[in-house]
Amino acid sequence: MIREKFARLKHHFVIFLAVMGPGIITAVVDNDSGGIYTYSQAGARWGYLPLWTLLPITIALIVSQEMCSRMGAVTGKGLSDLIREEFGLRITFGIMILLLLANLTNIIAEFAGVATALDLFGVSKFISVPLAGALVWFLAVKGNYRSVEKIFLFACVIYVTYVVAGVLVKPNWGEALIYSVRPKLMLDSGYITMLIAMVGTTIAPWMQFYQQAAVVEKGITAKEFRESRIEVIVGCLGTAVIAFFIIVACAGAYRDNPTDITSAGQAAEALKPFGAYTFLLFSAGLLNASVFAACILPLSTAYSVCEGLGFESGVNKSWKEAPIFYWLYTLLIVVGGGIVIIPNFPLVQMILLSQVLNGMLLPFILIFMILLINKHHLMGEWRNPRPYNVVAWLTVIIVIGMTLALTGLTIRNPT
Amino acid sequence: MTAADNASLLFFTELVGLPVFDLKHRKIGRVRDAAVVPLIHPSRIDRILVGSGDSWLSVRYDQIAQISLAGIQLSNEKLYPYHSDEYMLRIQRDLLDQQIIDVNGRKVVRVNDVTMEIARNGSDSLNLLEVDVGVRSIFRRLTQGVVPSTLVRRLQSPIPPNSIRWEFCSIIEADPLRRLRLNISTEGLEKMHPADLADIVEELGRADREAIFESIDSEVAAEALSEIDPKMQASILESLEPEVAADIVEEMAPDEAAAVLSKMESETTEEILDEMDVEPVSEVRELLEYDFKTAGGMMNTEAVQLPENMLQADAVVALREVADVLNNTHVVVLIDGGGRVTGTVPLTRLFLAEGSARLKDLVGDRLISIKADERDARAAELVDKYNLLALPVLDEEGALAGIITADDVITFLRQK
Repeated sequence: MIREKFARLKHHFVIFLAVMGPGIITAVVDNDSGGIYTYSQAGARWGYLPLWTLLPITIALIVSQEMCSRMGAVTGKGLSDLIREEFGLRITFGIMILLLLANLTNIIAEFAGVATALDLFGVSKFISVPLAGALVWFLAVKGNYRSVEKIFLFACVIYVTYVVAGVLVKPNWGEALIYSVRPKLMLDSGYITMLIAMVGTTIAPWMQFYQQAAVVEKGITAKEFRESRIEVIVGCLGTAVIAFFIIVACAGAYRDNPTDITSAGQAAEALKPFGAYTFLLFSAGLLNASVFAACILPLSTAYSVCEGLGFESGVNKSWKEAPIFYWLYTLLIVVGGGIVIIPNFPLVQMILLSQVLNGMLLPFILIFMILLINKHHLMGEWRNPRPYNVVAWLTVIIVIGMTLALTGLTIRNPT
Repeated sequence: MTAADNASLLFFTELVGLPVFDLKHRKIGRVRDAAVVPLIHPSRIDRILVGSGDSWLSVRYDQIAQISLAGIQLSNEKLYPYHSDEYMLRIQRDLLDQQIIDVNGRKVVRVNDVTMEIARNGSDSLNLLEVDVGVRSIFRRLTQGVVPSTLVRRLQSPIPPNSIRWEFCSIIEADPLRRLRLNISTEGLEKMHPADLADIVEELGRADREAIFESIDSEVAAEALSEIDPKMQASILESLEPEVAADIVEEMAPDEAAAVLSKMESETTEEILDEMDVEPVSEVRELLEYDFKTAGGMMNTEAVQLPENMLQADAVVALREVADVLNNTHVVVLIDGGGRVTGTVPLTRLFLAEGSARLKDLVGDRLISIKADERDARAAELVDKYNLLALPVLDEEGALAGIITADDVITFLRQK
């Protein structure tokens, strides 16, 4: 009896290892340069107060990511393919333009992260950014997906640096735990902006496209979906844990004088008094996260846009076969990296803009996802159960509400 | 062909929304969709669906007098309300924004628009000419309705067209019944090289992929399936009815069949094996006995063995008998009286030798072989080291269990 149970558990574990990748990679890349900056800023300015948001954000994150992988597993098609087939070219085109813009600003943020992180080690951005760009380009075009995925999975381990950094700061654990479950709402424009940025950076539009594409690419079927779902949940929880430790680390570092920091690098500097290791760990984490996300974002964007608009796509095709795909991919990297090395370019504003664009695009993507996943002819018995629809719609409403609030606040007192 | 200034061409995006006039030139509605009925005519637009008020009317092709960018003039007013007709391939609903296969260009494309020709013989009718993909048709889709058609035509002219002739388009339809009703032929797909077909299939969604394997000839299906990513192979076979899957597996080389079946759940494997014919099934079952990661799991049982004392002339006669196996054979395996393998002779050397030569005298260097339970990586190593075309696999008694070809090694290495 026990033996049988063990055998079944082992069976599930083997499948879990086989389907592992999409969920964990997506969720972890989620804590990219923009994410680290947002969490650092939240902790540095507001201490432990924002911690409570992690729980609802994680639930919404799990629901949205689970929906994407379910659609990928059941239909075997990407999200932009489905949007195109069900809603036509015009809507797809509009979404793709927005996605392209939002993702470009995200890519700029990633290269800015590379520049900041290596700057902490004394490397000029005029060297680090072009090098990182070239590395990213070659990795995707010349490498193969499976080995790249293995590198990525390994890179996920590096995020542990944040946990260690968080512990080294010796935060007030009691307070941190209390504020993790005690909601704190304030009618302060800075506080609300921070909340929106937290949602926008954690549940990013590009993730929905990447997650679904990765599930399709991996050939995960509805039969293996139970294990794939567990993987999604594990990944999302991992994201939340890392976000928690970043906030805690910065809350600890700035406990005496809450500050509006302007870059994740500044947060790393503030960790110096807690030992050279804390600083090193935080900066290494930032570098890893930025390079990691810079690898995934341009590729994912090129795939989504080309699939939605029906252009040939894929790194297994030649430049001549899929010119638009390759040009788009290359331009995203060149423009994204190029903007960062323009002297005196307002990088912080750019990173903020990327989070805002994410937040504005997200509700639309979510609405299309909800509509798609409830279609019987696509999903059959795998349509959304009611609780999923409730959480998903709530997320849409809350994000729209917050985005409107942010827009209102920005119009009233522009900075 | 310069489509932009050709007055006899009409794009589907232009057709949609055109006003339709009755005999007294009163407007009865606007075009909403158009349909081909492939069982009647493969490319003629048989019906135009006109929206008027809440309902749609169906206009038959022979009720039309004239078609132009200004509108459609009817010659017969006896129109019937449109009710869903499963024999219709509706352009807007079934074709636009969907994926089809370009049989000639060997790729999957997404339909942006359709180019039709206005055939003018007494009364006007529309014929599907091309399916449009690429930037030009995207531009047309986005601007049509926003700016006048004539302007759209002028603006798009600098963009190079990218279209596929209608006869080279293969529509993908997952529902088998509808496939029959729409008279969808698989001929184009079956004529493609199996490797190209495999590439195409890998790009499609699950339902479409399964539909193709369900409908095409099982021999072509088998060849294409062996070119597909192994993980996908198993999931495709599992999705098919066991009889259909068995037909396909029968056509596959036994080693490939065993490789796929070993990746599937044992119940499904049994179901498929039960449906298979007697001769291939025993070979496949034998191969399934071996561990997937051994030489036995890698080998093929289709091999030619001849007694070592045979004369060349007799050997050539014997080989003629098994000509179909020779397609994938590069060497002949020699056995002694006890059935043990003693050596191999490359086919070319055998054929070039004198008729009076004994086979054992044609054997090259010492015999390189492998035991069935040795690891697959070892087999790859031997083939590489000795530059072998084929490596005999021996069982415990030293008799031939199967043969590993360079091709198997390439597949193995590619999967790593």
